[in-house]
Parts: sequence; C-alpha cells; structure tokens
Amino acid sequence: MRPDRKARLLASLPAWGATIALFLVWEISVHVFQIREFILPAPSAIWQACIGVWPNLLGHSMATLGTVLMGFFASVIISLPLAMLIASSPTISAAIYPLLVITQSIPKVALAPILIVALGANEMPRIIVTFLVAFFPLVVSSVAGLLAVPPELIELGRACRAGRFQELLRIRLPFAVPFVFGGLKVAAALSVVGAVVAEFVGADAGLGYLIQTSMAFFRTPLAFGAVVVLAIMGIVLFQAVALAERLLFPWSSSVEGTNKAAG
Amino acid sequence: MINLRGVQKTFRGRDGAAVEALRDISLDVAPGEFVAIVGASGCGKSTLLRLVAGLVPASSGQVILDGAPVTEPRTDTAMVFQAATLLPWADVLRNVTFPMRLMHRHDATIDDKARALLATAGLNGFETKLPRELSGGMQQRVAICRALLQEPRVLLMDEPFGALDALTREEMSLELLRLWSTRQMAVIFVTHSISEAILLADRVVVMSPRPGRIADIINVALPRPRAFEQEGTEEFQRCAAHIRSLIFQGRSAHAA
Repeated sequence: MRPDRKARLLASLPAWGATIALFLVWEISVHVFQIREFILPAPSAIWQACIGVWPNLLGHSMATLGTVLMGFFASVIISLPLAMLIASSPTISAAIYPLLVITQSIPKVALAPILIVALGANEMPRIIVTFLVAFFPLVVSSVAGLLAVPPELIELGRACRAGRFQELLRIRLPFAVPFVFGGLKVAAALSVVGAVVAEFVGADAGLGYLIQTSMAFFRTPLAFGAVVVLAIMGIVLFQAVALAERLLFPWSSSVEGTNKAAG
Repeated sequence: MINLRGVQKTFRGRDGAAVEALRDISLDVAPGEFVAIVGASGCGKSTLLRLVAGLVPASSGQVILDGAPVTEPRTDTAMVFQAATLLPWADVLRNVTFPMRLMHRHDATIDDKARALLATAGLNGFETKLPRELSGGMQQRVAICRALLQEPRVLLMDEPFGALDALTREEMSLELLRLWSTRQMAVIFVTHSISEAILLADRVVVMSPRPGRIADIINVALPRPRAFEQEGTEEFQRCAAHIRSLIFQGRSAHAA
C-alpha cells in the first residue's frame, strides 16, 4: 500500500508543477502587460475577491454541489437499469437508442427555460437538466460493458444451468464494472457542467448564478473565483469516483488499463 | 455412454442462408474413454462439442448421454475452452468454485476439494491470486481445475492448449493424462494438432469440412501411461500418417 501511494504521488507531480507554473505565468503576465482587472484579473486579485466574501461563496458552492450530486445520483439510478434493459435484447436496444440520441441532440440550454415554466422555479428543473447532460455516457459505457463479456463465459454460465438473472448478476454485471466506472467518471465531470447550465437559465443561488450576477457588475475576479471553485468541484468528484473504484473493486482499474493497452 | 445417432446441425447464417455445419455424425464414446477430434478449421468440431454439452440443439438425429437424450446442459458434463475465460474479479479459488456456486452445489467441503485439486495441478499457494497475475499456462490449469471440481463424467475440451506455447503445451498434455487416469471420466478433446491427438487419445476421430463429417476413426494402440518417447514408435507414425492422409486427401478433393 505504502509504495503504491508514493508512486501515485510521484506520478501526480508533473500535473501539480504544470498547474502552479500556469498560475505563475498568469500572475506575472497580468502585472507585466498591465491587463485591466475586469478583462483578466490576476490570481492574487481573484483570491482576494473570494476571501472577502467567502461565506457568500461557500453558500453558492453548496447550492451548486447539491444540484450536481442530485443530478449525478439521478443519472446513476436511471442509467444502470436502462443499460441492463438495452443490453438484454436487440429489439429493446433498437427501440430505446434513437430516443436517447434525440435527448442528446437537444441543446440543454434551450430546454432549461421550458422545464422551468413547466416544473416551477425550484430545484427540480435544474436536477433534470444536470441529469440530461450527465447520463448519456454512463448508459453507453455500461451497455458496452454488459455486452463485452466473452461468449465462452456466457456459455460457461449456461453450461452450469444459470438462468438469465444469475447470468446478469454473477457474470455480466461484475464484468461491466470497469466500463461502468469509466462512464461514472465522465458523468461526474458532466454533472458540474449540467448544473451550471441550469443555473445560468433559472436560479437564485449557485455558482452559475454568482458568475452571471458578478459579471453584470463587472466583478470579474469573483466570477473567475466561481470558475475556479467549479473546476475544483469537478476534479474532486472525478477523483472521488476513482477512489471509490479503487476501494470497492481493486481489480477493476487495472482491468480497464489492460483493455486500453490491448485496444 | 455418449451416443451420437445420425446427428445433423444446420445454422442460419447472417444473410438468412442455411449453413450445414455437421452431417450424419454417428459416434459412441465409452465411459472413461479419451477421444480426440481433429480436422481442418470449419469442420464443425466445436459445434460437435456444444451439441454434447447441450448448449445447442441438433437439427436432426439424437445426442444420447446415459440413455437419455441431451436437451439442455447437464451438471455431469464440464467444458474447457481455448481461452481460460476466468472471472477477472475473482481469485483463483473463487474461480475454481464458481460453477459449483452457480449450480448451488457449493458447501463447506468444496473449498477444501478445490485446494487439493489446485495442489495436484501445481497451483499450490496461488489460491488468492487474481487471474491477471498468472501466466497463460497457469490460467488454463485453473480452468481445467474449475471443470474437474464438478467431478464430471464427461469432460469436453475445445482446443484447450491452442493458445499456449509449444513447451507448456507438452507439459500440460501429460498433466491432463495424469489427472484423467485417476478418475472415471470420458474426455472429448478437440485439437488441431495430430501428434497431440495421438499422444492423448484412445481413439482419434478425423473430420472433414463443409459440411463436417466423420472421415474415419483411428484406434491408437499405444500402451499407457503415454510419454513423448512414443512419438518414435511405428504405431505412432502409422496413426499420424493415416490421419494426415485423411485430412489432406479431403482437402485436395475439395480443391478439385
């Protein structure tokens, strides 16, 4: 465990270095070229603007995090059974897939105001928009996982007289775990996108709302601060999913690695 | 114990056309007998195994096991595939006991039996390893143990050593014979290798392709226990020459 953690820490060093270097270049450029604050604030100015109103910023962050998590869990709860349904028969798959593609080709920004009129100005339309943005990759990768089981393994199950439910539970679902987690990571990152899109259209709290109201008064540093918080939120959620995978299914992350290497 | 009576199998191809995979297959396998099936690709060897396993139904004719027609998979037949097809999430012990769990035949004694079986297959101390930590040969050993743990009366093997390197293959052949000799178990062993078939089997079924038919059945009159030194014997060479002529005669006739 110890050397493993150390190796991971070492592997993440270049990413940390690059991020710090980016912020340094940003800070120096703003001062050297005397860029005006409402066009591009320096990282130090962003930091100060955020510290000044931190309880406010925290409140907006919590509101967004709530929408993100609810939308994400809605994606999980709906996507997994949907994936099983699609994987269970080519006919069902042929019926459902075009509908899913339609939901993906509608711009979610266009849908949000309609949903707000229909469902009222509450949390519900925002959760639905978040869900619509996040669920599709999860469905697609879960279906791929359920269908990627080697045919011999299915034959083994049948030779042992396993029914379709047993086959799903003991062969297909475990086999799909690395694929599902691949989809979960994408869905986690997209949930943040979805929540902000929804907040742009109709909200009285949240980081999306904060960005809009800040920009209306040219408070660019605070808007940038909200963007940074959103980025951190996305990274933390992504890593949380990766951590859950490592803890719950230690064999899974390496399986995905070998699949990728093979393909 | 296994009786194939005029078995014929036709598949419907993707374009809707009927493809005849097997025609008029009649074969009797005695209890505890080791039968090898050789033939060119596409001669329906694997289909024949799946018919005996009850995984696919015959289009006409009958597959009879112990006097009863085979209509679905039975618990006393077990199968080994070319790929080990182990569960990537389960350790070696759980992989070996997996079929018993599926068949609800898992009880307190099974784990001990599995451990003993793994030890005889040279996998002592690997019980808690994951499949990806094993070499190809070791993975296939696990797959064979998985099949043997079911104490099958019929073991069906579909090119089980086809994905292994030549040296591992020879080693595994002798080990398979050792494991087989200590149990009452008929084996049907599909292979591309003529020498492997002769080394292992009591009888070699030679099949010709399109549609798959039995060209001839050759009795291998070599004493047991078998060893690689027997490859030099006259009997071995006679069998090999006969099988080769059957396979290539079929090919030239097909080409003409």
